[in-house]
Amino acid sequence: MSRVTIPLGPQHPALKEPANFSITVAGEKILSTSSRLGYNHRGMEKACEERTYIQDMYLLERICGICSHSHSTAFVQTVEEIAGLDVPRRALYIRTLIGELERIHSHLLWLGVAGHEIGFDTLLMYSWRDREVVMDLLALLCGNRVNYGINTIGGVRRDITAEQIAGALRDMDILEERTRYYIDIATSEPSFIARLAGVGYISREDAVRLQAVGPTGRGSNVAIDIRATDPYAAYGEVDFKVITDSHCDVYGRAVVRLLELMESYRIVRQVLKEMPDGPVTVKAPRKIPAGEAVSRVEAPRGEDVHYVKGNGSDKPERVRVRASTMANIQAVNKMMENNNLADVPIIIAAIDPCFSCTDRCVRVIGGKREDLGWRDLRRHGISWYRKHWGIDFGELNRKLHSLRGER
Amino acid sequence: MKIPGKMAKEVLRHSLKPPATLNYPYVKPEMPDNFRGKIVFDPVRCIGCRMCVKDCPALAIEIAAVGDKKFEARFYLDRCIYCAQCVDSCPKDALLNTKEYELAQIDRQNHRITFHAHADGVVVDPAP
Ligand code: SF4
Ligand code: SF4
Repeated sequence: MSRVTIPLGPQHPALKEPANFSITVAGEKILSTSSRLGYNHRGMEKACEERTYIQDMYLLERICGICSHSHSTAFVQTVEEIAGLDVPRRALYIRTLIGELERIHSHLLWLGVAGHEIGFDTLLMYSWRDREVVMDLLALLCGNRVNYGINTIGGVRRDITAEQIAGALRDMDILEERTRYYIDIATSEPSFIARLAGVGYISREDAVRLQAVGPTGRGSNVAIDIRATDPYAAYGEVDFKVITDSHCDVYGRAVVRLLELMESYRIVRQVLKEMPDGPVTVKAPRKIPAGEAVSRVEAPRGEDVHYVKGNGSDKPERVRVRASTMANIQAVNKMMENNNLADVPIIIAAIDPCFSCTDRCVRVIGGKREDLGWRDLRRHGISWYRKHWGIDFGELNRKLHSLRGER
Repeated sequence: MKIPGKMAKEVLRHSLKPPATLNYPYVKPEMPDNFRGKIVFDPVRCIGCRMCVKDCPALAIEIAAVGDKKFEARFYLDRCIYCAQCVDSCPKDALLNTKEYELAQIDRQNHRITFHAHADGVVVDPAP
């Protein structure tokens, strides 16, 4: 049968964010795939160098709307390490609590998206309705449903009251009961199992070789979980299991996420019950000493890595972020092999991708390497667009300025 | 063979229940007390230290001196990301969160609000 290469994206109804997959098929069978990112580059790392540490915290929190707490935790941890701050234990417990609530809302969101991708919209409706419980709880504890803004350098910004703890425990009971129901559906509804079993297979060896992280790796029996292997915040003091599954397919990844929800409820309960008393912040200096640090956080999608280099001023010299989708995207190409074209949406959705979080790499084309400063990079961009597309940024800039009001 | 449709019972059970969604905008959700909504400014308390301006990640505040130890604040609510860092940074509690979240405007100019300093209290002037 002749081969055809089908482009999927950058704009495609099956994708929630722009990315491009070139899929080579023979009939309906996928032979190979190559993926391409880079449609959503926002220049965040560079922007961080222009802002103070406090401003960066809010900027980096907005890398991802769903893993926002993971990104801000990873960033403040690196800064605290450079500055040598001793964060109060109560603050670490609150960070753990919000981190788990974030995982709960993210996994419930994923369950709904997965249901939608396989045409099981009933699951989407009900799981998202139940997700509202945790969203409202996050708003109660942090002040908003998305972008919680709970972290600050040296601790957390808001304390948690006894009343809030009682409310959170009640919510956990509701969510746990609902999750039990979804686990029952996922393990006994024949249409759900038949649609997902065997789809997007990736063996344990391949998952390790392609460095899959988070539920994507754990769905192929790779027991990596930064919460357990390199505990941060209060994870060293709570008891939980690292969930793995040996199905190695989309079904395995679904099971891992559902069972992880149950572990998250356990962690939340422990954290709420054992929360130590005391202050929630230590005073952090505005100028962070010279030095560098790396920190890892288990985001709902997998390991999230932040690197910060300070130079003694109130602005970092370099910030580097590796979001979890960057690690998982390699595995997607492998997962696609030998599946049907119609399986593509659910295979992509099964890694729970966040493409704009991932878009921050620089590709060096050819052997020559050049370092461009901020100013040169800007000049290069302006002249490139003028030459290739005839776009004059001077005019656009003036319009933008008048729209924004003079600053 | 198992029969599909395990969720049917749940769906039928819910057909008798009221909807889970609110009939917005006729019914409005109540936000929690420490919600990070629209920021308000109290010119009487402000000492003009400009910590808020320095820490705001979105460059959404300007503080201008108008007369002796009198300051007024101009907010660009279209830029504000509602992080409330300014509220935390202010040493005099001159900035406060409110629960107001319905902030959409047809005209962008309506997002530029100035809290004028008046002897008799705050006057919000939405004109640019
Ligand atoms: S809430 Fe945040 S973005 Fe808005 S004015 Fe205050 S510091 Fe700036
Ligand atoms: S931080 Fe507070 S006191 Fe200082 S200028 Fe801003 S509003 Fe005024």
